[in-house]
Amino acid sequence: MPIAAWVVIGIVVVLLIIFVAVYNGLVRLRNQVKNAWAQIDVQLKRRHDLIPNLVETTKGYMKYERETLEAVTKARNIAVQASSAGAGERAKVEGELSSALSRLLAVVERYPDLKANQNFLALQEELTSTENKIAFSRQFYNDSVLRYNNQTQMFPSNVVAGMTGFKAGEFFEVTVAAEKEPVKVSFNQ
Amino acid sequence: MWEQIRSNQVRSVVLTIVMGVVLVLIGYFLGLYFFNSPIAGLVIAALVWAILALVGYFQADSILLGMSGAKKINRDDHPRLYNVVEEMKIASGLEKVPDIYIIDDPALNAFATGRDPNKASVAITSGLLQKLNRDELQGVIGHEMSHIKNRDVLLMAMCSILLGTIVLLAWYGSRILFFSGMGGSRRSSGRGGGQGQIIILVVALVFMILAPIFAQLIYFAVSRKREYLADASSALYTRNPEGLASALEKIGASTGQLKSANKATAPMYISNPFRQKGRQASDLTSTHPPISERIRILRAMAGASFTDYDQAYRQVHSGKGVIPAGSLAAATVPIRTVKLEGEAGELNEVQRARETSDVMWRLNNYNTITCECGTRLRVPPNFRQSQITCPHCGRTHPVR
Repeated sequence: MPIAAWVVIGIVVVLLIIFVAVYNGLVRLRNQVKNAWAQIDVQLKRRHDLIPNLVETTKGYMKYERETLEAVTKARNIAVQASSAGAGERAKVEGELSSALSRLLAVVERYPDLKANQNFLALQEELTSTENKIAFSRQFYNDSVLRYNNQTQMFPSNVVAGMTGFKAGEFFEVTVAAEKEPVKVSFNQ
Repeated sequence: MWEQIRSNQVRSVVLTIVMGVVLVLIGYFLGLYFFNSPIAGLVIAALVWAILALVGYFQADSILLGMSGAKKINRDDHPRLYNVVEEMKIASGLEKVPDIYIIDDPALNAFATGRDPNKASVAITSGLLQKLNRDELQGVIGHEMSHIKNRDVLLMAMCSILLGTIVLLAWYGSRILFFSGMGGSRRSSGRGGGQGQIIILVVALVFMILAPIFAQLIYFAVSRKREYLADASSALYTRNPEGLASALEKIGASTGQLKSANKATAPMYISNPFRQKGRQASDLTSTHPPISERIRILRAMAGASFTDYDQAYRQVHSGKGVIPAGSLAAATVPIRTVKLEGEAGELNEVQRARETSDVMWRLNNYNTITCECGTRLRVPPNFRQSQITCPHCGRTHPVR
């Protein structure tokens, strides 16, 4: 066989190896995104489960906060219904639930009896931690999406991604203004 | 963003290899002098190292946890600690929640151990647990999690085993060399090669004395580098460098030394357990960077990314950065300014102290009964009677 043929075969083999390596890298990143999304999902479900409990415990103490409590329950029900929606839609409804919750937790300060309730304290710890876990899993998810998207858009991996149908991932951004501002707690009774 | 782990690992591995070379040289000289064959010396050095490494690999974490008297807890024992560990596990992207231990000691310290991320543990002293608020606890746990995530624990264990082997061989080797050399070199008399033998003897002696010192300095350098990286990772995971900074401030202000720590286990802790007040700030013979400096770097950070940490480090040191340049991602990571949970529900120090002491009693199998008069009765595990009388108000309570 002429040398040219060997060179062509060599180049094809090298290209094939590169293709497989890039493809596997993309699959790994996509799986990480999926995994990170599952983490968020677990934490959001946990929050949905905790809220009825919280409302039930606080109802007896909070005589004047009917509206705040109703807002939380309503936001929770909307969020539960949106559980199978995409990242963008879910981020929106979960953001609203977050702000309703933080309003509720802010008025807790006015009820010293409630703050002394062991049951409530345990619930509050769980809720606090779940909020943190949602934030941290969102952080990890967005980092994963960023790396995955970079790979699908940068040369040369974008060629492989285009040929094998890797689509860009969707960020989980909370857009509700209330969650970005610090909660103002008033100590006036 | 994760590339710096690999890059830093390469650096540490290079330093470890240098230590390995020192070990090989020691074996070479020992073999050359005692058996007239360098191979025999190398085999002995390799054997000693292999035995120590095997023990270290499989037993290091249980030895460390056993020596410090740490007690394992589960979620119900201390929900807040468990939750914070779980939060940091999520933030760091680890697959498994490490085992959590509490050490009953008023000193302020914490450490991580375990040879791989799936078999890891974090331990914290009861003193630290009651001193720190939630943000600070998050910073400390974030620091320990990054030791696990970056596989620092295995690296430092292997590094300290290398160091141990070098010290061991050099110690025995130099003494045997010294005394046999004083005794008129019996071994060389038969072969009649005086001059060359003496030169080897002198070189070997000098080397035996310098090698452990050299190895120790490398070990300390590796350890300090990992501490900086762990601080940077903690800031990145929590998005809140102030949490760790203020925790370090509390740790730095305390003077209690950890009873159960020793020189070999020192690099595992978040701060050097043998820290002395008024010691020179930057020091070659220290496993940890000075706390004041770590705080200054964390407080100088403009964002929460590695780039920000590197810049802050340059500001404080006015020189080279601590994180390899290739790994610095361009993405900006803002510091979290909002307290995620709001101020409500944060326990104060007295409440935290009570909570921690409750856990310690429970871990020692004491049964706690709270009387209507507010007294807490601690019932020891070997209490045999079926009921107990409150010494304060005289009510009787059934004992489970």
